[in-house]
Amino acid sequence: MSRRITIDPITRLEGHGKIDVFLDGNGDVERAYLQVPEYRGFEKFCEGRAAEEMPTLTQKICGVCPTAHHIASVKALDDLFAVEPPPAAIKIRELMHNAFVFEDHLLHFFFLGGPDFLVGPEAPSAERNILGVIGKVGLEMGKKIIDIRERVRAVNGTISGGALYPVCGLPGGVSKPLTEQEKAEIAGVAEDAVGFAILALEIFRDKVLKDKRYAEWLTDDLFSHRTYYMGLVDSDGKVNFYDGKIRVVDPDGKVFVAFEVNDYLKHLEERVEPWSYMKMLYLKGIGWKGFVDGKDSGVYRVGPLARLNAADGMATPLAEAEYEKMFDLFSGKPVHNTLAYHWARLIEVLYAAERMVQLAKDEELTDAKVRNLPSQTPKEGFGVCEAPRGTLFHHYETDDRAIIEKLNLLVGTQNSAAAICMSIEKAACALIKGGKVSDSTRNIIEMAYRAYDPCLACATHWIEGKRAGMIHIYNHEQELIQVL
Amino acid sequence: MSKKQKIAFYWCSSCGGCEESVIDLGQDILKVAGAVEIVFWPVAMDFKYADLAAIHDNEIAVTLINGSIRTDEQEHMAKVLRKKSKLLMAHGSCAHLGGIVGLANFFEAAEVLGRSYKEVPSVHNPQGVLPQKKKVESGRELTLPGFHDTVRTLDQTVPVDYYIPGCPPTPELVKDAIMMVLEDRLPPRGSVLADRKALCETCPRRDSRPDKVKISALRRVYEIEWDPHRCFLDQGIICLGPATRGGCMARCIQANMPCRGCFGPTDNVLDQGAKCVSFLAAILDSTDEEELQTMAKAIPDPAGLFYRYSLPSSLLRRKVSIW
Amino acid sequence: MKGFEPKIVGFLCNWCSYEGADAAGRARKSYPANLRVVKVMCSGRTDPQFILQAFKVGADGVLILGCHPGDCHYKEGNLQTLKRYAVLKEMLPQLGIESERLRLDWISASEGDKFAQVVSDMVEQVRQLGPLVRPS
Ligand code: SF4
Ligand code: SF4
Ligand code: SF4
Ligand code: FES
Repeated sequence: MSRRITIDPITRLEGHGKIDVFLDGNGDVERAYLQVPEYRGFEKFCEGRAAEEMPTLTQKICGVCPTAHHIASVKALDDLFAVEPPPAAIKIRELMHNAFVFEDHLLHFFFLGGPDFLVGPEAPSAERNILGVIGKVGLEMGKKIIDIRERVRAVNGTISGGALYPVCGLPGGVSKPLTEQEKAEIAGVAEDAVGFAILALEIFRDKVLKDKRYAEWLTDDLFSHRTYYMGLVDSDGKVNFYDGKIRVVDPDGKVFVAFEVNDYLKHLEERVEPWSYMKMLYLKGIGWKGFVDGKDSGVYRVGPLARLNAADGMATPLAEAEYEKMFDLFSGKPVHNTLAYHWARLIEVLYAAERMVQLAKDEELTDAKVRNLPSQTPKEGFGVCEAPRGTLFHHYETDDRAIIEKLNLLVGTQNSAAAICMSIEKAACALIKGGKVSDSTRNIIEMAYRAYDPCLACATHWIEGKRAGMIHIYNHEQELIQVL
Repeated sequence: MSKKQKIAFYWCSSCGGCEESVIDLGQDILKVAGAVEIVFWPVAMDFKYADLAAIHDNEIAVTLINGSIRTDEQEHMAKVLRKKSKLLMAHGSCAHLGGIVGLANFFEAAEVLGRSYKEVPSVHNPQGVLPQKKKVESGRELTLPGFHDTVRTLDQTVPVDYYIPGCPPTPELVKDAIMMVLEDRLPPRGSVLADRKALCETCPRRDSRPDKVKISALRRVYEIEWDPHRCFLDQGIICLGPATRGGCMARCIQANMPCRGCFGPTDNVLDQGAKCVSFLAAILDSTDEEELQTMAKAIPDPAGLFYRYSLPSSLLRRKVSIW
Repeated sequence: MKGFEPKIVGFLCNWCSYEGADAAGRARKSYPANLRVVKVMCSGRTDPQFILQAFKVGADGVLILGCHPGDCHYKEGNLQTLKRYAVLKEMLPQLGIESERLRLDWISASEGDKFAQVVSDMVEQVRQLGPLVRPS
């Protein structure tokens, strides 16, 4: 057994998500835990606030995906006030949401997950960041990444007041129409975004799929879990980020259930683990059977791969072609390998860009009518959208002055929380044997959960887990023997 | 200067948006990164806490901390970074004023936890399990940081030298704050690094704002459509511009939405909510007590609105309790 | 609440109610000793921050006394106070301070009786409410 290393007060700190690995007497993994150490309490302190403030209040759950909360919230307000927004408003919202998914996915692929694929888990930590990625893909490409992300974020600045700070959402519409000139500019950015997405997929094929080890990992059981998958689909069964029915498929790919957002309580349930502030969601119809996969376990996953697994395809031509390619390579649906999330994410990047082009060319987009005023007395409202990391639910109850009485939120990462814990444990079990832990162990364990792009900010309505802090390893006597 | 100045970023109870305000410097961040040595930035770079331990006291030229303080761990980190930094800046509304999460100060900690883990309709928790500071599971001991009863600002925890306001601040303000350190042109200690005057002074709708706004009824944003060029207040829509520091480039107004006060109060105002009471009362066009009461009742959630970003830094800091 | 003596902070306008308090004193009208007086040049000078500060540092109740409408030396100072009072009454309960802990009234320099009455009423009312417990 390794010696016990002493830990000064600083290294003892957990950071914003920590992994505890417990070894048995042989030095093999007995249990691994992903803990989220903080909690903020939006479900409580939104009580008493005015409903119309929710789109800007709840977006502070997560500074990484404020737009997703803004959209889910404003849709809940439409429902609360029973008011249908005019077509231009719906298109503006969908455009801003797709622009957001595009840049957020891109940020993840190149800045956060990319280092795993493009730089490699064995590389020194000083290189495992965006600078290392730029080293791999070239400075030109590096500049392109930063540039397209900036320009797409600027689109949301135009639409919503700021990519960091969208404020345009109102029940029944948005606060500001788009001008013809803005529309033309957005269309230009959107076209370039499609071009970039194609390039990104080429990089993926070149640097990842052609790399033998990654190709193996992509099919390796180490990164695989047979779970249910959930995502929004449109009326044709295609992936949609803004609206649709919530569809769940089973581990064999058969539709298990499809429901409207206002029925979410019939189908989803969450449990509390005393060792984490993150609640875990599972399918109510099947129930919680522990941290296990398979058809009899209520564990399900959301996010890019889950959405692609749950849907029948993509609604835009280029993305649809890529969708076919991916499932062909895996010879069928659903794909259970967690590392395929990265691929699915890039296919969604392409879809988002194509969808932006469609919307930016739509006649109705610049219609001056962007609001309908509500006339109904508010009572209860449900809103849903696909956040980059998964299905996001907002549920409000108000008094007849539209003051929030009760509020409930189910957020992206929380849906996959149980599966993320399982992925970590599986990787830890496979990699830590006889008490031996190597330096790349941490990185490979991290790869297992980083594929989900877990946003622990959302999951506890708190902090983002780009660096999920430390991995703590304990021997069978509960002594901390190593911190990775 | 041959040696690069050292700089650090850290987050406490934060949504990550302030971190994005740094990442959103985009191309500029490469310039800033070229001029300084980033010694600690957990969100974006691979550092371990051990790296921080190796840094000497006062070795870091400036540390920007975002997020409010709610747990033991955050408090501890704030103290450690304070010691290691010559200058400490509160980055964003949460660190500066308590921020949106500071609205939790309207409740007791137990209510806040109970709602999420026991009451919400989606949770199945018949045993009423709550996350525990210390939990032993099959002999394995797992710990979580303790959750404080009250959300605090950074300067209620450690001394703070400067404040970068906003939820989040604009990337320009963040860059400017860093450049002020590098170029040695900081204003007096304790300054808030944005405009000194109220947002109204630089608002694009300023000219449409009459000297004395007089309104006979307040409107909620979902009740009316408004003129996108005229002062919100003059149309009966509450806009906190008069009680809010300028410097945000009127982000919300540009998007045709009223200000919600994220830049905090102007210089010399201790309590943003009190200031909101004053300016809003002044525009109510009545002298009849009953009529005034009716108008005041039309303000939905006055405390939540007036202290939207600043409850922990207000005079009372939180809802007082009567036992 | 046995033995509870409420602390009341009174913001009294220099021109009227402060005189009114004097008048009450001269006429040996008895009123409770619970009142701590802050003299202001006009009730309109009572910034809401002062009121919150009073609650913060120990007041169980706050009383604002100004000139009758029409009599304010600064024309409309008291009307501003009336407006702020209306808004404060809505906000304070959300902060855990019952609206009865704040009271505004008009008292002229000659109304010593009324002064004594208002103060006594206020003390009684706050006594019923009990002490304002602040977070530590
Ligand atoms: S100030 Fe705003 S953006 Fe910054 S951490 Fe707080 S909530 Fe997020
Ligand atoms: S009140 Fe609002 S809209 Fe009017 S001038 Fe001030 S900031 Fe602008
Ligand atoms: S307008 Fe007000 S709420 Fe909006 S960014 Fe500026 S200070 Fe903040
Ligand atoms: S002078 Fe007495 S209230 Fe204004």
